[in-house]
Amino acid sequence: MKLTVNNNAAYAYTGTRAFNPAQRTAVFIHGAANDHSVWGLQSRYFAWHGWNVLAIDLPGHGQSDGPLCTSIEALADWVAAFLEAAQVKAATVIGHSMGSLTALELTACRPDLVSKLALVGSAVPMAVGDVLLEAALNDEEKAWRMIVDWSFAPNSQLGNNHKVPGTWLPGNSLALMRRMAKGVLHNDLAACKAYVNGLIAAANVQCPAFVLMGERDMMTAPKAALGVIAALKSVRTQTIPDAGHNMTSEAPDVTLAALWRFAHA
Amino acid sequence: MFELDTLSVHAGARPDPATGARATPIYQTTSFVFEDSDHAAALFNMERAGHVYSRLSNPTNAVLEERIAALEGGISAISVASGQAALHLAIVTLMGAGSHIVASRALYGGSHNLLDYTLPRFGITTTFVEPSDLDAWRAAVRPNTRLFFGETLGNPGNLLIDIEKVSDIAHKAGVPLMLDSTLTTPYLIRPFEHGADIVFHSATKFLQGHGVVIGGLLVDSGRFDWLAEKSREKFATLSAPYHGFHDMVFAEESSTAAFLLRCRREGLRDFGACMAAATAWQILQGIETLPVRMERHIANTRKVLEFLRSHAFVGAIHHPELPEHRDYDLAKKYFPKGASAVFSFDLKGTRAQGRAFIDNLRLFSHLANVGDARSLVIHPASTTHSRMSTEALVAAGITEGTIRLSIGLEDAKDLIDDLARALKAAERVKQ
Repeated sequence: MKLTVNNNAAYAYTGTRAFNPAQRTAVFIHGAANDHSVWGLQSRYFAWHGWNVLAIDLPGHGQSDGPLCTSIEALADWVAAFLEAAQVKAATVIGHSMGSLTALELTACRPDLVSKLALVGSAVPMAVGDVLLEAALNDEEKAWRMIVDWSFAPNSQLGNNHKVPGTWLPGNSLALMRRMAKGVLHNDLAACKAYVNGLIAAANVQCPAFVLMGERDMMTAPKAALGVIAALKSVRTQTIPDAGHNMTSEAPDVTLAALWRFAHA
Repeated sequence: MFELDTLSVHAGARPDPATGARATPIYQTTSFVFEDSDHAAALFNMERAGHVYSRLSNPTNAVLEERIAALEGGISAISVASGQAALHLAIVTLMGAGSHIVASRALYGGSHNLLDYTLPRFGITTTFVEPSDLDAWRAAVRPNTRLFFGETLGNPGNLLIDIEKVSDIAHKAGVPLMLDSTLTTPYLIRPFEHGADIVFHSATKFLQGHGVVIGGLLVDSGRFDWLAEKSREKFATLSAPYHGFHDMVFAEESSTAAFLLRCRREGLRDFGACMAAATAWQILQGIETLPVRMERHIANTRKVLEFLRSHAFVGAIHHPELPEHRDYDLAKKYFPKGASAVFSFDLKGTRAQGRAFIDNLRLFSHLANVGDARSLVIHPASTTHSRMSTEALVAAGITEGTIRLSIGLEDAKDLIDDLARALKAAERVKQ
């Protein structure tokens, strides 16, 4: 689906399905220097099982034109504008990493747009080390490789993903980040680090929430999600064993099943 | 991220979760049981990932595919029945009738056959260019060009292309560069690091390394943007809805893996040139020792080259590590660990003397293969390249007296003794 948001072209993957106003809508929001394709093994299932799907490319990512949003608040405003352009209300909003912060802020500020909130691989606040930020600014290849090293559980570093035949997950993650324009990663990481209102936003969330964690996540360790879990009023949690930060590709079926259960609870 | 030697042994493999088997099992099965009807439908519709039928994917093959993707620094790979099947799969996935390829003249004879004789029958034509002539690559581009194609080391004269410059020309034309890296393997060069977009191997050669199975591997870098303004219209197979799969737009489905997704979902489904699981297992065994074997192949080759250069009955030697080779400087840039264990040389003699040379070798096996643990020899003009015209042979750097060697893992002294004996026998034949 292509829309115009803030006078720029914006894209969302729909699972090749036409939008049906009679159906519920699931919105998927990707993380830093990623795009809609990280949700491929969850979003397509939703789309072919009775849901409208909007797996959004955030501005300046994938097929959505820039300019980049430089804060989580701006990202949430942009997603709100996207949903208004798509005439969507009361969606189930699912965010990964930076996308989880965006989803959280959106839910707090625009409760009319969100009926359920799922945070995948989240940490509030989301600490970003100076070493990584510096690399993202001055040596993107080094930063991308650091992220790959920290985004997969130890077993996944050597592959054997059991699920997507022939796909070398570390290489795929690296290739996706390499497709982004120069500066996207640093912009996104800086926005994550600067977002300090997450726990206040969580306390304002009125709808049911779900926090999905990877047991071996080194980017957003499960313990870094304890604060937001405590702040959310109605929350359920799940930890995926032997999965890292990129659980949407490392453990696609478990991730899908968890999100599916939450969406239908 | 792990280094090449470690990836050669481990990438894509874990102890078998069901049995604890440390070596990758051979999953000798045609098909895989669905959990329930919804799971079956979801697998068929790509809503979920997993194995359905071994023509499309198999867990043993998946380990091999991950391993070569990891070694090449790519995102994904597909294992197929042969190197030729990999080349065919790539071409028919990217284009249809009315399309055009720009290719190096210096190609394996089988690749040349496909491009020059067979594909025109299906409406796909090729312009062959001198691999080192950048202007020729540029000038050959047409509005219907869909692919640049060459070999990391052009068979059999070891002619190089300047990968970075040729890939730049390809990308300016909005098309990918595909390289056949069979002779070099990821141990000697990782073409994606220099700008290539797609790589394929005849895994029959150095990757398996023991001359026991036929197989091909097609690897995607995930870097080419099929939806870019210059490319979107050229690659409708990836950028437009495909009615054969619920109007899926592959480049929207996966930002990085659209090409291999269509290769598997259409090419393997419809053309069916899959690799047997037992073959994949054999190639995995070979790859585990690839770095140590390649190091020895290169060391032996250098000793043989030193001997041949000193022999009066040997004319030109076509190896890019030699200063007199046309592409010596390029080889130093692209092949710091060594250029190749396959090369050709010209005898200063007649065709009869060439035959006598081959017939008097004892350790070198006379056969149509390269990249074996055993040393091999062949006469390209009468075998692998026999269907090429005299002009095409000359353009590819082949003469009637050209001999191609593939240096194996034997003791270099024994190989040199064998060559010396055969050269002496050839010299005795009356001119």
